[in-house]
Amino acid sequence: MIDKLIFGRYVPGESLIHKLDARTKLLAGIYFIGILFLANNLVSNVLLVLFTLFTMMLTGIKLTAFMKGIRPLIWLILFTVMMQVLFTIGGTVYFTWGPVAVSSFGLIKGTYIFIRFILIIMMSTLVMLTTTPMDLMRAIEYWLYPFKYINVPVQDVALMVSVALRFVPTLVEETEKIMKAQQARGVEFGVGNLFQQMKSVVPIFIPLFVSSFNRAEDLANAMEARGYQGGNQRTKFHILHWHLLDGATLMLFLLITMVLVMLRTT
Amino acid sequence: MDITFEKVGYCYQKNSPFETRALTNVNVTFKEGSYSAIIGHTGSGKSTLIQHLNALLQPTEGTLIIGERKIVAGVKQKKLRDLRKHVGVVFQFPEAQLFEETVEKDICFGPLNFGISDEEARKRARKVIREVGLSEDILTRSPFELSGGQMRRVAIAGVLAMEPDVLVLDEPTAGLDPSGRTEIMEMFHKLHKEKGLTTILVTHSMEDAARYAEQIILMKKGTVIQTATPREIFTKTEQLLELGLLVPDVVRFQHEFEQKFQVKLKTTCLTIEELITAITPYLKNGGGE
Repeated sequence: MIDKLIFGRYVPGESLIHKLDARTKLLAGIYFIGILFLANNLVSNVLLVLFTLFTMMLTGIKLTAFMKGIRPLIWLILFTVMMQVLFTIGGTVYFTWGPVAVSSFGLIKGTYIFIRFILIIMMSTLVMLTTTPMDLMRAIEYWLYPFKYINVPVQDVALMVSVALRFVPTLVEETEKIMKAQQARGVEFGVGNLFQQMKSVVPIFIPLFVSSFNRAEDLANAMEARGYQGGNQRTKFHILHWHLLDGATLMLFLLITMVLVMLRTT
Repeated sequence: MDITFEKVGYCYQKNSPFETRALTNVNVTFKEGSYSAIIGHTGSGKSTLIQHLNALLQPTEGTLIIGERKIVAGVKQKKLRDLRKHVGVVFQFPEAQLFEETVEKDICFGPLNFGISDEEARKRARKVIREVGLSEDILTRSPFELSGGQMRRVAIAGVLAMEPDVLVLDEPTAGLDPSGRTEIMEMFHKLHKEKGLTTILVTHSMEDAARYAEQIILMKKGTVIQTATPREIFTKTEQLLELGLLVPDVVRFQHEFEQKFQVKLKTTCLTIEELITAITPYLKNGGGE
């Protein structure tokens, strides 16, 4: 069950994309989602699809890994697309039934939305698969830095998020372990009615909470023992570096934006 | 209830970029009423192997026969609960599985899941709590206010209360103090002898493996490379050292004794008692023999 999640997974590699600075990847990833909405015709959509495919190929990661990112969301995507297809009116109408109408506009809009969804998932999966969670965290911290001036404790938030990220796999492992131990004691998951199913998670959640409390206490003690006092008095061990490649990537994205704006039809 | 592995292989996260192979071509039999120890370096597949014993993991290749049940790779299994009733597993650090308000409720949890009546479950709880060396008044306390060692015993009691035919132990003494270790290992040995429990022990302690096991399964990189009696395994120590495993202190002492005094004892001694009997004759004459 948990194996199937792609979230937070890093696939080591030596590709160009892997070498990019995490800050570039994060910014470009978010920026890409923004410019997706500029594309409103066939040519610009094809361009974006080709661009995404090209970057995916660059990572050297198998296509099946990306597909796994789509799988959990496929029903949401299909639902949204169906809504668009069935309830958009305009253009040539092929079929009507009460308020439901399949029209050429609806089909086109549905297709674009479908493409948008897939590209968003592909790009975010790509950023996630090629960046270690810790680097991603450092990137988030960097981009959050300006908020310091409106009294947001950026370093503390960054610390909490990085501790949380660090413990995701540990907790997943712990959950699996406890699940197995309880299964060995006769618990069956996913059987029976809703109430029984809810009851069967109690023997997982309580031990998991207890162990999280213990873990938090141990970690806090260990941090204090090593001189952690919180606040902004710390220096950084990992320092991210911009390279020429990062600049080039950002330029490329600006170029794509310009092309998309030019291709826009009203 | 015999458990037999026939050419069993297991892959974690098959068909994904994270695919990792944990077991390859494992052929091994755990005979009813036997005491087996599984040893091997960290990451050699020991824990993966024992999770097959009660079908928490099902082989991705080969066949696994647990008593009457035959689990063939790729065939969907139903009613695994019936199987798990017969195979009790004590996982590493089992105290992490406690969750009920009282120790008694937690011990009864397993039996109740397997359809034992409430009354019978309570009776079993009172019995097993003594077996694991705790007093009955602990039953009304919350498991979370107990010490680490007591929690471990309660968790073990929870498994024993299911009255399994096969008991699987994954490093049951890890993190315990020396006297706690011996007590718990002796308790398992007593249960094994008295109830005829088939016992399967995963351990890094060569002393425990040498002292208690009738059969040792030596694992390396997901395969079983040797199945033999402890005496056979510890007589040929080169293989163990090659695998980065230690030899029991008793065996090491014997080796050094033999070298120093240029003698050869009749057999490889596995326990201190055996060693004492074997070397006493040499010492009687003030070492002049």
